[in-house]
Amino acid sequence: MPVVTIHEREVHLDEEGFLTDPSEWDEQLAHELAANIGLELSPRHLEVIAFARADAAEHGETPTLRRMTAVGGFPTKELFQLFPKKPAKKLSYVAGLQKPVGCV
Amino acid sequence: MTASDAMTAPIPSFDDDEEDGGRKLVMICSKGSLDMAYPGLVLANAALGEGIETHLFFTFWGFDIINKKTMAALKFTPVGNPATHMPQMLMGLPGMTSFATHMMKKQMDGLGVPDVPEFLDLIHGAGGHLWACRMSADMMHLEEDDLYDGVEAIISASDFMEISAGAQTIFI
Repeated sequence: MPVVTIHEREVHLDEEGFLTDPSEWDEQLAHELAANIGLELSPRHLEVIAFARADAAEHGETPTLRRMTAVGGFPTKELFQLFPKKPAKKLSYVAGLQKPVGCV
Repeated sequence: MTASDAMTAPIPSFDDDEEDGGRKLVMICSKGSLDMAYPGLVLANAALGEGIETHLFFTFWGFDIINKKTMAALKFTPVGNPATHMPQMLMGLPGMTSFATHMMKKQMDGLGVPDVPEFLDLIHGAGGHLWACRMSADMMHLEEDDLYDGVEAIISASDFMEISAGAQTIFI
Protein backbone atom coordinates (compact mmCIF):
# COMPACT_ATOMS: atom_id res chain seq x y z
CA MET A 1 0.00 0.00 0.00
CA PRO A 2 1.71 3.22 -1.15
CA VAL A 3 2.30 6.03 1.29
CA VAL A 4 2.98 9.33 -0.42
CA THR A 5 3.86 12.73 0.93
CA ILE A 6 1.68 15.59 -0.15
CA HIS A 7 2.47 19.00 1.33
CA GLU A 8 4.76 17.44 3.92
CA ARG A 9 1.94 15.22 5.03
CA GLU A 10 1.76 11.47 4.66
CA VAL A 11 -1.27 10.14 2.83
CA HIS A 12 -2.18 6.46 2.59
CA LEU A 13 -3.45 5.18 -0.75
CA ASP A 14 -4.62 1.79 -1.99
CA GLU A 15 -3.05 0.24 -5.07
CA GLU A 16 -5.33 2.12 -7.43
CA GLY A 17 -4.72 5.47 -5.76
CA PHE A 18 -7.83 5.87 -3.59
CA LEU A 19 -7.28 7.21 -0.07
CA THR A 20 -7.66 4.51 2.56
CA ASP A 21 -8.18 6.89 5.47
CA PRO A 22 -10.77 9.62 4.82
CA SER A 23 -9.46 11.64 7.76
CA GLU A 24 -6.27 12.37 5.81
CA TRP A 25 -8.34 14.34 3.31
CA ASP A 26 -8.78 18.10 3.14
CA GLU A 27 -10.08 20.48 0.53
CA GLN A 28 -6.63 21.33 -0.78
CA LEU A 29 -5.96 17.65 -1.35
CA ALA A 30 -9.30 17.37 -3.16
CA HIS A 31 -8.18 20.01 -5.64
CA GLU A 32 -4.96 18.12 -6.29
CA LEU A 33 -6.68 14.74 -6.66
CA ALA A 34 -9.16 16.37 -9.05
CA ALA A 35 -6.33 17.83 -11.12
CA ASN A 36 -4.82 14.31 -11.35
CA ILE A 37 -7.89 13.16 -13.26
CA GLY A 38 -8.42 16.33 -15.28
CA LEU A 39 -11.14 17.94 -13.17
CA GLU A 40 -11.31 21.45 -11.83
CA LEU A 41 -13.48 21.68 -8.72
CA SER A 42 -16.29 24.22 -8.57
CA PRO A 43 -18.22 25.15 -5.40
CA ARG A 44 -20.91 22.69 -6.57
CA HIS A 45 -18.36 19.87 -6.76
CA LEU A 46 -17.38 20.67 -3.18
CA GLU A 47 -21.04 20.55 -2.12
CA VAL A 48 -21.40 17.08 -3.64
CA ILE A 49 -18.14 15.95 -2.04
CA ALA A 50 -19.20 17.31 1.36
CA PHE A 51 -22.42 15.30 1.26
CA ALA A 52 -20.64 12.12 0.13
CA ARG A 53 -18.11 12.45 2.96
CA ALA A 54 -20.74 13.17 5.59
CA ASP A 55 -22.88 10.26 4.42
CA ALA A 56 -19.90 7.90 4.34
CA ALA A 57 -18.88 8.98 7.84
CA GLU A 58 -22.38 8.35 9.11
CA HIS A 59 -23.00 5.00 7.41
CA GLY A 60 -19.50 3.62 7.14
CA GLU A 61 -19.74 3.13 3.39
CA THR A 62 -19.35 5.33 0.34
CA PRO A 63 -22.75 6.36 -1.06
CA THR A 64 -23.71 4.90 -4.45
CA LEU A 65 -24.86 7.15 -7.26
CA ARG A 66 -28.47 6.32 -6.53
CA ARG A 67 -28.00 7.30 -2.91
CA MET A 68 -26.41 10.58 -3.96
CA THR A 69 -29.59 11.29 -5.91
CA ALA A 70 -32.22 9.76 -3.63
CA VAL A 71 -30.82 10.97 -0.30
CA GLY A 72 -28.44 13.77 -1.29
CA GLY A 73 -30.86 15.31 -3.77
CA PHE A 74 -28.24 15.76 -6.52
CA PRO A 75 -29.81 14.98 -9.92
CA THR A 76 -28.18 12.02 -11.72
CA LYS A 77 -27.64 14.12 -14.83
CA GLU A 78 -25.78 16.77 -12.89
CA LEU A 79 -23.51 14.18 -11.25
CA PHE A 80 -22.59 12.92 -14.72
CA GLN A 81 -21.79 16.49 -15.74
CA LEU A 82 -19.66 17.21 -12.68
CA PHE A 83 -17.82 13.88 -12.74
CA PRO A 84 -18.02 12.73 -16.36
CA LYS A 85 -18.43 9.08 -17.37
CA LYS A 86 -17.73 7.39 -14.04
CA PRO A 87 -19.31 9.71 -11.49
CA ALA A 88 -19.37 7.38 -8.48
CA LYS A 89 -15.72 6.37 -8.78
CA LYS A 90 -14.41 9.83 -9.63
CA LEU A 91 -16.38 11.36 -6.79
CA SER A 92 -15.02 8.76 -4.34
CA TYR A 93 -11.47 9.39 -5.49
CA VAL A 94 -11.66 13.17 -5.14
CA ALA A 95 -13.57 12.92 -1.85
CA GLY A 96 -10.91 10.69 -0.32
CA LEU A 97 -13.29 7.73 -0.02
CA GLN A 98 -13.16 4.13 -1.16
CA LYS A 99 -15.16 3.08 -4.22
CA PRO A 100 -18.83 2.33 -3.42
CA VAL A 101 -19.54 -1.38 -2.91
CA GLY A 102 -23.32 -1.34 -3.43
CA CYS A 103 -24.82 -2.57 -6.72
CA VAL A 104 -27.46 0.14 -7.01
CA MET B 1 1.96 17.53 -5.21
CA THR B 2 5.60 17.76 -6.23
CA ALA B 3 6.89 16.03 -9.32
CA SER B 4 8.54 13.23 -7.39
CA ASP B 5 5.36 12.55 -5.40
CA ALA B 6 3.30 12.47 -8.56
CA MET B 7 5.54 9.70 -9.84
CA THR B 8 4.99 7.53 -6.82
CA ALA B 9 1.31 8.20 -6.17
CA PRO B 10 -0.90 5.89 -8.24
CA ILE B 11 -3.75 7.61 -10.06
CA PRO B 12 -6.82 5.61 -11.12
CA SER B 13 -7.06 5.66 -14.92
CA PHE B 14 -10.89 5.73 -15.22
CA ASP B 15 -10.28 4.75 -18.88
CA ASP B 16 -10.94 8.32 -19.94
CA ASP B 17 -8.66 7.94 -22.95
CA GLU B 18 -10.96 5.35 -24.53
CA GLU B 19 -13.35 8.07 -25.70
CA ASP B 20 -16.19 6.82 -27.86
CA GLY B 21 -14.32 3.75 -29.00
CA GLY B 22 -15.14 2.32 -25.58
CA ARG B 23 -17.59 -0.35 -24.58
CA LYS B 24 -21.21 -0.49 -25.73
CA LEU B 25 -23.84 -2.67 -24.10
CA VAL B 26 -27.29 -3.67 -25.36
CA MET B 27 -29.84 -5.56 -23.30
CA ILE B 28 -32.95 -7.12 -24.76
CA CYS B 29 -35.62 -7.21 -22.05
CA SER B 30 -38.22 -9.78 -23.06
CA LYS B 31 -39.82 -10.74 -19.73
CA GLY B 32 -42.48 -8.90 -17.79
CA SER B 33 -42.25 -10.38 -14.34
CA LEU B 34 -40.76 -8.39 -11.48
CA ASP B 35 -37.82 -10.72 -10.91
CA MET B 36 -36.92 -10.69 -14.61
CA ALA B 37 -37.19 -6.92 -14.93
CA TYR B 38 -34.52 -6.23 -12.35
CA PRO B 39 -31.45 -7.89 -13.94
CA GLY B 40 -31.63 -5.61 -16.99
CA LEU B 41 -32.29 -2.51 -14.92
CA VAL B 42 -29.52 -3.20 -12.39
CA LEU B 43 -26.94 -3.99 -15.06
CA ALA B 44 -27.93 -1.00 -17.20
CA ASN B 45 -27.58 1.32 -14.24
CA ALA B 46 -24.19 -0.16 -13.34
CA ALA B 47 -22.97 0.05 -16.94
CA LEU B 48 -23.96 3.71 -17.19
CA GLY B 49 -22.12 4.45 -13.95
CA GLU B 50 -19.01 3.01 -15.60
CA GLY B 51 -19.33 5.29 -18.60
CA ILE B 52 -20.52 2.50 -20.90
CA GLU B 53 -22.93 3.41 -23.72
CA THR B 54 -26.08 1.49 -22.78
CA HIS B 55 -29.25 0.60 -24.68
CA LEU B 56 -32.29 -1.31 -23.45
CA PHE B 57 -34.62 -2.85 -26.04
CA PHE B 58 -38.01 -3.89 -24.70
CA THR B 59 -39.86 -6.63 -26.54
CA PHE B 60 -42.78 -9.00 -25.97
CA TRP B 61 -43.57 -9.36 -22.26
CA GLY B 62 -40.76 -6.93 -21.50
CA PHE B 63 -43.18 -4.25 -22.64
CA ASP B 64 -44.79 -4.40 -19.22
CA ILE B 65 -41.63 -2.76 -17.84
CA ILE B 66 -42.19 0.39 -19.94
CA ASN B 67 -45.99 0.32 -20.26
CA LYS B 68 -47.24 3.20 -18.08
CA LYS B 69 -50.21 1.07 -17.00
CA THR B 70 -48.17 -1.89 -15.78
CA MET B 71 -44.64 -0.68 -14.96
CA ALA B 72 -45.40 0.06 -11.31
CA ALA B 73 -47.31 -3.19 -10.83
CA LEU B 74 -45.06 -6.00 -12.11
CA LYS B 75 -45.59 -9.29 -10.34
CA PHE B 76 -43.46 -12.17 -9.19
CA THR B 77 -44.82 -15.69 -9.21
CA PRO B 78 -43.22 -18.64 -7.45
CA VAL B 79 -45.08 -21.07 -9.75
CA GLY B 80 -42.65 -23.29 -11.59
CA ASN B 81 -39.68 -21.74 -9.87
CA PRO B 82 -37.85 -24.39 -7.80
CA ALA B 83 -35.37 -21.76 -6.55
CA THR B 84 -38.00 -20.43 -4.14
CA HIS B 85 -37.52 -23.73 -2.23
CA MET B 86 -41.22 -23.89 -1.47
CA PRO B 87 -43.61 -26.81 -2.10
CA GLN B 88 -44.67 -26.31 -5.72
CA MET B 89 -48.20 -27.66 -5.14
CA LEU B 90 -49.00 -24.72 -2.87
CA MET B 91 -47.48 -22.03 -5.07
CA GLY B 92 -50.42 -21.91 -7.45
CA LEU B 93 -52.99 -21.24 -4.71
CA PRO B 94 -55.04 -18.05 -5.03
CA GLY B 95 -53.28 -15.03 -3.57
CA MET B 96 -49.86 -16.62 -3.70
CA THR B 97 -48.59 -14.34 -6.50
CA SER B 98 -49.69 -11.21 -4.66
CA PHE B 99 -48.10 -12.46 -1.48
CA ALA B 100 -44.81 -13.39 -3.18
CA THR B 101 -44.75 -10.06 -5.02
CA HIS B 102 -45.34 -8.19 -1.81
CA MET B 103 -42.51 -10.07 -0.11
CA MET B 104 -40.10 -9.46 -2.96
CA LYS B 105 -40.89 -5.74 -3.10
CA LYS B 106 -40.36 -5.49 0.64
CA GLN B 107 -36.99 -7.19 0.34
CA MET B 108 -35.92 -4.94 -2.52
CA ASP B 109 -37.00 -1.88 -0.61
CA GLY B 110 -35.02 -3.03 2.40
CA LEU B 111 -31.92 -3.25 0.22
CA GLY B 112 -32.47 0.28 -1.06
CA VAL B 113 -33.31 -0.94 -4.57
CA PRO B 114 -35.69 1.47 -6.32
CA ASP B 115 -39.00 0.34 -7.82
CA VAL B 116 -39.29 -0.05 -11.59
CA PRO B 117 -40.48 3.48 -12.55
CA GLU B 118 -37.78 5.10 -10.38
CA PHE B 119 -35.18 2.76 -11.87
CA LEU B 120 -36.22 3.89 -15.36
CA ASP B 121 -35.85 7.52 -14.24
CA LEU B 122 -32.39 6.72 -12.94
CA ILE B 123 -31.31 5.04 -16.19
CA HIS B 124 -32.85 7.75 -18.34
CA GLY B 125 -31.20 10.46 -16.22
CA ALA B 126 -27.84 8.74 -16.56
CA GLY B 127 -28.08 8.87 -20.35
CA GLY B 128 -29.31 5.32 -21.02
CA HIS B 129 -31.23 4.72 -24.25
CA LEU B 130 -34.64 3.03 -24.07
CA TRP B 131 -36.21 1.50 -27.18
CA ALA B 132 -39.51 -0.32 -27.75
CA CYS B 133 -40.15 -3.11 -30.24
CA ARG B 134 -42.43 -2.31 -33.19
CA MET B 135 -44.00 -5.75 -33.50
CA SER B 136 -44.80 -5.97 -29.79
CA ALA B 137 -46.34 -2.49 -29.85
CA ASP B 138 -48.55 -3.50 -32.77
CA MET B 139 -49.50 -6.78 -31.10
CA MET B 140 -50.51 -5.05 -27.89
CA HIS B 141 -52.05 -2.02 -29.61
CA LEU B 142 -49.73 0.39 -27.83
CA GLU B 143 -48.31 3.70 -29.03
CA GLU B 144 -45.50 5.91 -27.77
CA ASP B 145 -47.92 7.82 -25.54
CA ASP B 146 -48.70 4.60 -23.68
CA LEU B 147 -45.03 4.07 -22.86
CA TYR B 148 -42.67 5.51 -20.28
CA ASP B 149 -41.73 9.04 -21.37
CA GLY B 150 -38.01 8.28 -21.57
CA VAL B 151 -38.54 5.70 -24.33
CA GLU B 152 -36.91 7.27 -27.39
CA ALA B 153 -38.88 5.49 -30.10
CA ILE B 154 -40.70 2.38 -31.20
CA ILE B 155 -38.28 0.74 -33.60
CA SER B 156 -38.19 -2.22 -35.97
CA ALA B 157 -35.98 -5.27 -35.76
CA SER B 158 -33.75 -3.81 -38.49
CA ASP B 159 -33.41 -0.53 -36.59
CA PHE B 160 -32.36 -2.60 -33.61
CA MET B 161 -29.62 -4.21 -35.71
CA GLU B 162 -28.20 -0.78 -36.49
CA ILE B 163 -28.34 0.34 -32.87
CA SER B 164 -26.72 -2.84 -31.58
CA ALA B 165 -23.88 -2.84 -34.14
CA GLY B 166 -20.60 -3.51 -32.38
CA ALA B 167 -22.26 -3.87 -28.96
CA GLN B 168 -22.14 -6.63 -26.41
CA THR B 169 -25.70 -7.93 -26.42
CA ILE B 170 -27.46 -9.66 -23.54
CA PHE B 171 -30.85 -11.34 -23.86
CA ILE B 172 -32.98 -11.40 -20.73
